[in-house]
Amino acid sequence: MDLDLRLYKKIYLIRCAEDKIRKHYREGMMKTPMHMSTGEEGICGGVIAALNKKDQVCCTYRSHGVYLSKTEETDKFFSELLGKRNGTSRGKSGSMHLMAPDDGLVCTSAIVAGHIPVAVGIAHANIILDNKQISTVFFGDGAVDEGVFWESLNFACLMKLPVLFVLEDNDLAVHTRKSQRHGYSDLNQIVSKFDCAVFESSSADAEEIYFLVKQVIDCMKSKRCPAFLSLKYFRYLQHVGVGNDVDTGFRPTSEYKDSLESDPIEILRNKLIQRGKSEMLADVEGLVHRQVDDSYLRALKSEFPSKAELFDGVLQ
Amino acid sequence: MKRLISYQQAINEAIIQEMGRDETVFIYGIDVADHLRTFGTGAGVLEQFGKNRCFSTPLSEDAMTGFGLGASITGLRPIHIHIRIDFLTLALNQLSNMISSFRYGSGNQQSAPMVIRAVVGRGWGQSYQHSKSLHSVFAHLPGLRVIFPSTPQDAKGMLIAAIRKDDPVLMIEHRWLYYQRGYVEENPYEASLTGCRVLREGNHVTVAATSWMNIEALAAADLLKKHHGIEIEVVDVRAANPLDDSVLIDSVLKTKYCIVADNDWVHCGLASEIASRVAEKAFGELRAPVEKMGFAFAPCPSAQHLEVEYYAGAKDIVRKVEANLGLKQSPLKETDFPSYENNQFKGPF
Repeated sequence: MDLDLRLYKKIYLIRCAEDKIRKHYREGMMKTPMHMSTGEEGICGGVIAALNKKDQVCCTYRSHGVYLSKTEETDKFFSELLGKRNGTSRGKSGSMHLMAPDDGLVCTSAIVAGHIPVAVGIAHANIILDNKQISTVFFGDGAVDEGVFWESLNFACLMKLPVLFVLEDNDLAVHTRKSQRHGYSDLNQIVSKFDCAVFESSSADAEEIYFLVKQVIDCMKSKRCPAFLSLKYFRYLQHVGVGNDVDTGFRPTSEYKDSLESDPIEILRNKLIQRGKSEMLADVEGLVHRQVDDSYLRALKSEFPSKAELFDGVLQ
Repeated sequence: MKRLISYQQAINEAIIQEMGRDETVFIYGIDVADHLRTFGTGAGVLEQFGKNRCFSTPLSEDAMTGFGLGASITGLRPIHIHIRIDFLTLALNQLSNMISSFRYGSGNQQSAPMVIRAVVGRGWGQSYQHSKSLHSVFAHLPGLRVIFPSTPQDAKGMLIAAIRKDDPVLMIEHRWLYYQRGYVEENPYEASLTGCRVLREGNHVTVAATSWMNIEALAAADLLKKHHGIEIEVVDVRAANPLDDSVLIDSVLKTKYCIVADNDWVHCGLASEIASRVAEKAFGELRAPVEKMGFAFAPCPSAQHLEVEYYAGAKDIVRKVEANLGLKQSPLKETDFPSYENNQFKGPF
C-alpha cells in the first residue's frame, strides 16, 4: 500500500474507532475513563509509521491513538474498553493503559510523566542488548511540569541513549493552559541546551510528521544522541470523557472553527483526492468501518473475566 | 563449603556470582561505582564486569527507578541501590504506580524482574531522614515483594532468589547487620522470599522479629536463659510481602505466647499485621494478648540519649517476656545489650 494510504488508514482507524466510542459511551457498557485521541491522529499515525514494528513505544493515558496506530487491531481494543477477558490486558487496565507488547507498545501511564524514565531504561537495554531498536515516548505539555521529565532527559543525554521524546503539545494540562503553568516561554530552546537534537513542527499532517520523524531518526543514529520532537495538536474533546469543552463553557466556539482547518483527517483526505486516489480512499474507509463495527460487536459478545482472575498476575 | 563471612561480604558474593552467571544483571544507583562501593557490598564489581554493568547515577531517584523498570521489561535484570531507604521515598511514584502494578496491568503478559536494595541507618545521630525502615509502607503495595534478611546466610540466598525472580523485589538491609558474621555456603543458593525462619528454638515464648530486632531477640534469649533458665523461640520474619506465616503460627501454637519485635514504627505497621494474624490463627491457644514493640512513634532524634529511648531492644523483650510469664525482673546492665553505644558502629554513616 502507498505510504499516504497506509498513513490514512492508521489515522482514519483512530477517528472511526473513537466515533464508535462516542456513539456508544453513554450506554454505559464501556466503564472506563476515556481520554480521547481525536485531533492528535496526525501525530500518532505519522510518528508510529516512521518506526519499526519492534521499536518500543511508551505513551500516556491518552492511549487509543498510539495503540491503534501501532497495532491496527480493534478486537482486543474494544474488549479492553468493555472489560472483557480477551482485552489487551485481560480487562485489568481499561482505556488508560492499552498495551501491545508484541507490537512494541510496552508501557502506558495515567500518572503524568511516569512512563518517561521507563523509555530511557528501555533505550539503555536496547544498547546493551545491541538490538538496534529505538525507544519512543509520547507525553503532553503537562508532563514537562514534572521533575521526572527533566531527570529522564538529563540521563538520556548523559548516556547518549536512543530515546525519541515526542511532546504532544495541546496547550492544556486538564484545564490549565501553559501560560498559567510555565515560568518560561520557549521550552524547545531550553531542551536544546541539553546534548540532544531538537525538532519542532506545528503540522497536523501525518505525512509531513512521518518524513520529519525519519529525519529525526537519521539524526539520532548519526549523532548517537536522544532527540526531542515538539509537535502541536488541537484537543477536540474534553480532557476526559466524550464531550467537548465548548458545551461546558471552558473554550470558545471560535477555537474549534480555527482548528477544523488543521484537521488531520481532512488534510490527508484532501491530499489523496488531489492525487487521484479517491477510489482507494473510499476502499480504505469502507474497510475501516467494517473492521470497527465487527470488532465492537465481537467484543460485546466476548466473556467477562471470571471472579477468580482477580488475583492473576499480582506476582509471578 | 561454608565459610565464616560477614553480611556485607555475603551480599557482595551474591552479586558477583549472579553477575557472573547472568550477563543481564547490573548494579546502579547513587555512588554505586565510587571508591566505597556501597559499604563494600559492591566491591570488585566494576573491575570484574565493567562500567556498563556497574555505574553511578545522577541524584534522580524517581527517574532512575523508572529507568530500572524500562530495562527490566526489555530483558535486563537491574539491581538499583540506595544507601538509605529514606531516599527511596522519592521514587514512591514509580514503586506504587508503575512497578508494583506492571505485571498485573499488562494482563500477566509482561514482568518487571528488578531488585531494589535499600539500607536502613541507625545510630551516631542519623536522625529522622537517615534512619527510617518503612517496610510496612512498601509491603502495603500488592505486586512488590519486600524482604529483609537478618543473617549472612539469608542475605546471600534471598538476594540470589530475588535476582532470579521475575518480580520486583525490595531488599531492606539494616546498616548494623553488615557486621554480622555467619557460616555461608560458597556455592550460589536460593533462600525463601516469603517464609519465616526459626533462628533459635525454645518453648516458653515466641518472639517474632524483623531485621535488626532479631539480634536484639537473640541477646534477650541469652539473658532470659541466664537469669530464668527459660528458652524463648526467635522467629525471623524475613519478608513483609508476601508473608507466609506458617512457621510463626506453628511456633505460637507451641509456646502459647507471642511478642512481635519490629524494626519500624508499630502504628499501622507490620507488627500490627503480624499480631493480627497470630490473633486470628492462634486465638484459642494464646495465654496472653500478643504484644508489639518497635520505634517510638516520633521522628528519630539525633541526640544519643534520646536515640536510645527511641529504639526498642533486648531489654524491652526481656521485660515483656518476664511480664508475660509472671517472672521477677532480672538485674540487667546496659552493657548486656547489642545496641549499647559501644557496639561497632561509630559512624559517620
